[in-house]
Amino acid sequence: MNEELIIAGFGGQGVLSMGKILAYSGIMEDKEVTWFPSYGPEMRGGTANVTVIVSDERISSPILHEFDTAIILNQQSLDKFEKAVKPGGTLLYDPNGIVNPPTRKDINIYKVEGTKTAVEMGNPKVFNMIVFGSYLKVKPILKIDNVEKGLEKSLPERYHKLIPLNLEAIKKGQEIVDAVNVV
Amino acid sequence: MDVKEIIKPENQVYGKTELLTDNVMHYCPGCTHGVVHKLMAELIDEMGLQEKAIGVAPVGCAVFAYNYIDIDWQEAAHGRAPAVATGIVRINPEKFVFTYQGDGDLASIGAAEIIHACNRGENILVVFINNGIYGMTGGQMAPTTIERMVTSTTPCGRDTELNGYPLKMTDLVAQLPGTSYVTRQSAQSAPAVRKCKRALKKGIKNVLDKKGTSFVEVVSTCNSGWKMTPVKANEWMEENMFPFYPLGDMKDSEKDKPVSNN
Amino acid sequence: MGDLRLMKGNEVLAEAAIRCGCDGYFGYPITPQSEVMEMLMFREPWNETGMKVLQAESEVAAINMLYGAAATGKKVLTSSSSPGISLMAEGISYIAGAELPCLVINVQRGGPGLGTIQPSQADYSQAVKGGGHGDYKMIVLAPSSVQEMNDFVDLAFELAFKYRNPAMILTDGAIGQMMEKVELSDYKKRWTDEEVIEKWGSWATTGKPSSRERNVITSLELDSEKMEANNQRFQKKYRQMEAEEQRYETFQIEDAEYVLVAFGTSARVCQKSVEIAREKGLKVGLLRPISLFPFPKNIIGELAPKVKGFLSVEMNAGQMVEDIKLAVHEAGCTRRVEFFGRMGGIIPTPGEVVDALEQNFLKE
Repeated sequence: MNEELIIAGFGGQGVLSMGKILAYSGIMEDKEVTWFPSYGPEMRGGTANVTVIVSDERISSPILHEFDTAIILNQQSLDKFEKAVKPGGTLLYDPNGIVNPPTRKDINIYKVEGTKTAVEMGNPKVFNMIVFGSYLKVKPILKIDNVEKGLEKSLPERYHKLIPLNLEAIKKGQEIVDAVNVV
Repeated sequence: MDVKEIIKPENQVYGKTELLTDNVMHYCPGCTHGVVHKLMAELIDEMGLQEKAIGVAPVGCAVFAYNYIDIDWQEAAHGRAPAVATGIVRINPEKFVFTYQGDGDLASIGAAEIIHACNRGENILVVFINNGIYGMTGGQMAPTTIERMVTSTTPCGRDTELNGYPLKMTDLVAQLPGTSYVTRQSAQSAPAVRKCKRALKKGIKNVLDKKGTSFVEVVSTCNSGWKMTPVKANEWMEENMFPFYPLGDMKDSEKDKPVSNN
Repeated sequence: MGDLRLMKGNEVLAEAAIRCGCDGYFGYPITPQSEVMEMLMFREPWNETGMKVLQAESEVAAINMLYGAAATGKKVLTSSSSPGISLMAEGISYIAGAELPCLVINVQRGGPGLGTIQPSQADYSQAVKGGGHGDYKMIVLAPSSVQEMNDFVDLAFELAFKYRNPAMILTDGAIGQMMEKVELSDYKKRWTDEEVIEKWGSWATTGKPSSRERNVITSLELDSEKMEANNQRFQKKYRQMEAEEQRYETFQIEDAEYVLVAFGTSARVCQKSVEIAREKGLKVGLLRPISLFPFPKNIIGELAPKVKGFLSVEMNAGQMVEDIKLAVHEAGCTRRVEFFGRMGGIIPTPGEVVDALEQNFLKE
């Protein structure tokens, strides 16, 4: 197993922390992981993205020009990374704020109403976990037990009381995936 | 009478401390450095600090201080002695660490390091030799050069419009909450030397008591750089330097509250 | 299994310093390595191991604090990024000239000048050729993973004390900011003064006991004959490093016709490039220098007669490529040595490297 993933959106959408939880969950499943963020001033209110690689083997390049999966949370990121998905790969996106939806026919495309669902759940902060749940539904690369352990590891102890809420969001995310194009 | 008959312990009225090495000093006759070196060597000896003392030598005439006082020394880059001393004392808080710096070193290129070391209250003694000139480099203007004083880069005298104003470092560091004892001394006469020694001793004691930074300025002569005889240089210092750099304690945390409450 | 974590490279540097028994850190904030000091201040090692941490007023002050602390025989380090390292260059020269062990970490960003905060390898020459004034060398280690950020801190100190010489970890913003799985080292006790003397000799400024002459730590020697003798001693030391400390790693090199040579982040990229090239049927391998000084020229000399060419892949305008050419030349070979790089904070992609390889060697 070798999953090369990019998560991209606005700073504040929980892009980096989603990647971190994924990476920690990978460690819990005894995988090799790399988490490589964009950093610097672009983090402040601008776009943020993180490359996460989860693999059975030692990971070579943390820098990739194409991805197995792209999780896209804003229009700029869609414009930039739709073309970087490998043929046959997967693109998940939240339609909130997307004017020009993805058009490729050679990749799997899934729509996730993450923003909307988070508002419905009454907690916009779990948005990233909803999307993460959808990702795990489409790409079940990790056991949910290990995701729970990953959450424990990556969240400071004072937030551990929020783990059940996060798991609920992940479960919700698994239920709301909408397949737009499947190859 | 043979010289050996004269030099006998019972005839001796003055002895050189063993902490002063037998190396012949490279300082010019009349230079203040030799006197202050002797005072530091005597004090380290008298206070039993040889095994605890680490001196930091500057760039300038005192760059070879390590040849004359028999303790462990480190030679710093120009102006950086307070940073070097900070590194030593932070990792070795039980040592007695002092810097020995001239005015070009301390007040010009090393202004940032001295201000911040004093402001952090590093537990060190700073010995500041102020002769208003770059001695070793050949008598150029220093930040401390007083108005109208002639140097090799102010041949018509320091013009404040061109060169700015002389900098009173001692007044400046006295404002900082990190300093515990700040004083200005001189060493041109026997009474002055005795007073200067008392001031240095107090500075050392403060460091041993971990009271923060002690700062002892010694208003000094550079007769070679000033192009004067030693006697004339002392007179010139008294007439011209002392009015601008008045002697005395500026801050003594034992006696007064800090100048600034910041 | 030891202490397994998911951590940023920069954070791991701090953790490794605490665990390997460091006595002190002096630094000044600069992107992209500020997490090193932030982590240290958060960890408060002075309560745990006795390690001291101080935020200096500038990089100039930080390197001189390091100079002072290193002179007392203690295990001390600083970290910075490219512009800050330039400011430290004078101090590093003094430290090398006074023959003191210490660790300087450069988490490189793109230059020249204020440049960019994105990762770069443009300080290669500055690191391996000296950087400051005078004929001196640092031991330079280039980690290519977060795990090596942990492992090389201890290794760098071992080498620094063995040779009484500054060592540098030359990494970049990518590895500094990247999180990977890392197995942290076990705690080592800090050395006592007595242990330092027993292990490394009594050269340090610890206060003069009656049992020895005073120790003077200086780089100054106005007598030119003596200064030349000092330089000859330094050079002998550097030659000994070259004889004993060349470190490297190879990947799929056995049957390789073309060898990519890359260190740090670009070596990680190149490992992927090798995989891509192999899928295309190209016999490509990777040589990853781990010690940049001493440069692993022996292995290049061994490989040169067996291969058709080398491609140096760097995040700069072509700096290490000169050392590869020199090594090939010294081995009496005439193999082609080409270069591919990206600058200004851009990391080459694995595909770009394969394209460059084909462009240089396979399209006549």
